[in-house]
Parts: sequence; C-alpha cells; structure tokens
Amino acid sequence: MSDAALIHARGLLKRFGDLTAVDGIDFDVEKGEAFGFLGPNGAGKSSTMRMIACVSPPTGGALSILGLDPLRDGPAIRGRLGVVPQLDTLDNELTVRENLIIYARYFGISRKDARARADELLEFVQLSDRAKDKVEPLSGGMKRRLTIARSLVNDPEVLLLDEPTTGLDPQARHVVWERLFRLKQQGVTLVLTTHYMDEAEQLCDRLVIMDRGRIAEEGSPAELITRLSTREVVEIRFHGDMPEIDAGVFNGQVARVESLADRILLYTDDGDAVVPVVHEKLQPQSVLVRRSSLEDVFLSLTGRTLID
Amino acid sequence: MAYAFRVYESWLMGYRRTWRGSVVSSVLNPVLYLTALGIGLGKLVNRGNALGMPYIEFVAPGMLAVVAMQIGTFESSYPVMASIRWTRQYHAILATPLRIRDIVLGQQMYVASRVGAAAGIYLVALVAFDAIRSPWAVLAWPVAILLCLSFAAPVSAFSAWLTNEEGFNALFRFGITPLFLFSGTFFPLARLPQGIRELAYATPLWHGVDLMRHLTLGTPQLWPALGHVAYMLLWLAVGLRLAERTHTKRLIT
Repeated sequence: MSDAALIHARGLLKRFGDLTAVDGIDFDVEKGEAFGFLGPNGAGKSSTMRMIACVSPPTGGALSILGLDPLRDGPAIRGRLGVVPQLDTLDNELTVRENLIIYARYFGISRKDARARADELLEFVQLSDRAKDKVEPLSGGMKRRLTIARSLVNDPEVLLLDEPTTGLDPQARHVVWERLFRLKQQGVTLVLTTHYMDEAEQLCDRLVIMDRGRIAEEGSPAELITRLSTREVVEIRFHGDMPEIDAGVFNGQVARVESLADRILLYTDDGDAVVPVVHEKLQPQSVLVRRSSLEDVFLSLTGRTLID
Repeated sequence: MAYAFRVYESWLMGYRRTWRGSVVSSVLNPVLYLTALGIGLGKLVNRGNALGMPYIEFVAPGMLAVVAMQIGTFESSYPVMASIRWTRQYHAILATPLRIRDIVLGQQMYVASRVGAAAGIYLVALVAFDAIRSPWAVLAWPVAILLCLSFAAPVSAFSAWLTNEEGFNALFRFGITPLFLFSGTFFPLARLPQGIRELAYATPLWHGVDLMRHLTLGTPQLWPALGHVAYMLLWLAVGLRLAERTHTKRLIT
C-alpha cells in the first residue's frame, strides 16, 4: 500500500528552536486522491506543506515524495510538483501572461512552449481577457486563479495548495473549488490545507485533522462525521444567560451537548424530534437544525471551534 | 549554470520596465561628474601639477571604479531583500527545480550585465573627455565588472542576512561612503595618514582603482595587476560562498 504512495511520512517531525510545529505525524497520500490537512492556525499544516515542498528540511522522521528523498532530490521533486503558497508570490510588476511565461522558464520550458502553455492555462482559469494586464490591480480571486495557473505550468503530478481560498469571497471561492475539482478529475493528486470545514468537505477524498502538531483523526469527510459526530445538530441561541442542559432530558435522543460562548449545540440523529422538546423545556431565542459538518468533528475532538 | 541563467532571465524581464531611466543616468552621471571634477575641483587638488598629470586623467579611472562599486552594492541590496521579503520572488523560484545557488548566481549575473553596460558607456565618455592615455584602458572594462562583483557578492550575502532594511543605512553610511572618498579615487592614498591608508588597502575598491588607473594611463605591471585581480576574485569567491549560506538560512527553514 504505502509503497505506492506518492507522499509517505512516518514520525515526521519539525522543530523551530523550542517550538515543535509538527510532532511526529504519519500519513500517506495515494495517487489521484485529494488529501487534506485540516486544522486551526498553528496546527502544523503549513509546516508540513513546506516540508513536502522541499523548502523545509524535516527535523526528524521519514518523508518520501514521489519515491524520492526531499533532502537529496529536492530540485528533482520540485520539478514534478505544483505549489500554490498561502501568500501569493506573483510578480506584481509583470503582466498576467508574463508571470506564467517566466515561471515556465524556471522549469526549463522553451520560450515557444511557455507562451503556448501560458495561453492554455489562462483559458483554464478564465483569465484570458486579462492576459496583458498587470497583476497588481487584479482582485484576490483572480490572483489566486493566476497562482493556480502558474502552479500548473510544469504539468505537475502533485499539486500542493496551502489554504487556497483563505481571504476570498464566497463567489470567488466557488470558482476556485470548481477549477480544482476539474483538475482532480483529470487525475492530478491534490494536497491541500484549510481551516474551512466546507472546503474540506467539498474537495477532499480523505483528510487528517491536525491539532497542535499532531494528527487527531484521519478518514473521509463523511466517515469522520459519522464516526465522531451525529447526523444532525440542533443549534440553540438564548436571549440572556444560557441554561445548563443535561442530555438526559431528551430521552436518549441527544448524544452530546456542547456549550459555546454564544450558543448551545445538541448532537442528535433526529433533529426534528429534539426541537419540540427544546421549545417545551427551554425558552430559546432561536432554534436551528442543520447537517453535521467537519466543524462539529473538530469541536468534538478538541473542544474548540476551528477559527478562534 | 544553465539553471542560473533562468534566474538571470527573470531579472532581465523585470529590468525591461526600468531600463530607460537607468540608461539616461549611466550616460548623464559620467558627463556631470567629469565636468565638475575635471574643470572645477581638479584645479584645487592638482595645484602646481602635484599629480604630474591632468586631474581628469587621475580621477577618471577612480570614478569608473566608484560607479562599479555603487552599482554592485546597490543592485545587491534592496533588490535582494525585496526578492526575499517583499515581492517574495525567491520563494516563488524555490517552488521550481532551481536551487539557492542558482538564485545567487543568476542575480550576480544580472548585476554583471548592469555594470557591464554602465562601465562601457563610461569608458566611451572618458575617451570623449580625452581622459584616457592608452589602449590598455580596454581592460579596465572587465576589471570594472570584477570590482563590481567583489562588492555585489558579499553585499548580497549581507542583504539576505539582514532582517530589516535599516542595516542598509549603516552599510552605505559607514561602508560605501567612506570608501568612496578615501580609496584613492579623488586624491592619492599617499596623502592619507598611516592606519587609514592600510584600511583602504584592505578593501577591494582601492585595488580596482589602482589597477584601472594603471590601465587607463598605460602603465600596468604584470605582478601588481595579478595581485589586484586575485584580491578582488577572493572577495567575490568568499562573497558567493557567504551569500549561498545566508540565502539558505533565510529561505530554507
């Protein structure tokens, strides 16, 4: 199994002085899958990504990428990866198209091929009409799409995306998701970090949840939700102080109660059966039944919300 | 080397936006300086023909050396820091098969081209000002490039090592400006007190000035010339080595 893995990590460790950013994690990314690192800021996701991108030597443990050793074969590995960094590293003073061409040249692609590839990729990320414009005035979503286009110039086998939609408005986010989904269909292996549950649910076949440098759980989004949460969640808000709620009053219908700063969550497989009891026993300001999400999984694992 | 050329190419691509301004200043600067120094200041420095030659012949190679040093220092200061910290282009490059060594060499190749062009223009201006006595002066052109790089390489190491741009003020104020004034550029080193003179000998600038002056005056001697070249090469080699190290420390974390 793990011999065929494109990325293989055992006991992977990264320390910066006294700080342990990645604390001995194991994972395998298989060919063609979309694999996610999910977790709050500081969980060690970006450090892991930088190690995979061969720009951060591991402090300990084993890591192989495409069957190669990142310490010895960094340049060879990087030639087969595409990287979408968390902070855009586009050249603001060049045009959209020039950014792609110069990047293709870094990979040793001939000028003629680089120009053709640039036009093809601009088409793919729907930026053809901006080809001759400078990068600077582009919107955040357009810059992200250009960064994604740039990461594809070398036809990568694995695409690394560090928080690909952070800071984008919902519409721009959906455009990015849709393009990434197309890439996945074309067989590109995606490795991404996110702190958005909906993003992980949208894009990932399999993911690990990271917290404080460790992997807390691993599985498919649906699997994690089934295993670690319930089918539905009832969210209750109150006008004044929040009451203490005992799961017992719901006749075994509520598996778990979670009190947050502004609301109480009831984990249940049948929200509609719980709502009347809530209205009868408590005086809520509002009651909402929703599907359980990865956010709930994270909450049940760590007792904390994802973005706090 | 082929890899470093790709980095070089990207610097050139960026330069295409600003080349007009820099060409104007590389033509205008020598004309202004040579006029001011040759006609104005020279009369004072060279009272009673103390130098044994027209002042412009004395100061011209000094100015060429200073220009080479300034280009080397400046082009390896803010632009390098920008590529690491502000535009983050070096991070972008490190997501490709290129290595730290290619980044360092490619940038130095670009500096070499910049000084090559500027020094070429300068030498032509010197001929026009009748400041050159010998065809040996042709060799002042590669010497100017070498001198430039003997500053550019260690300065790029320094720029990668710095954590903020304040360090550049110190570099220019306490490093480059005193060198500019006290390295035999405007008056012979012999007029400086002992101690300061030795300090000047230790920097690559004086070696460049002395060698270029002998070339433009047509009085080069083999062994001193080789010594000067070797000394500048040493600064270049150590500078490159340090640059690779500081860039690695900054970019591979």
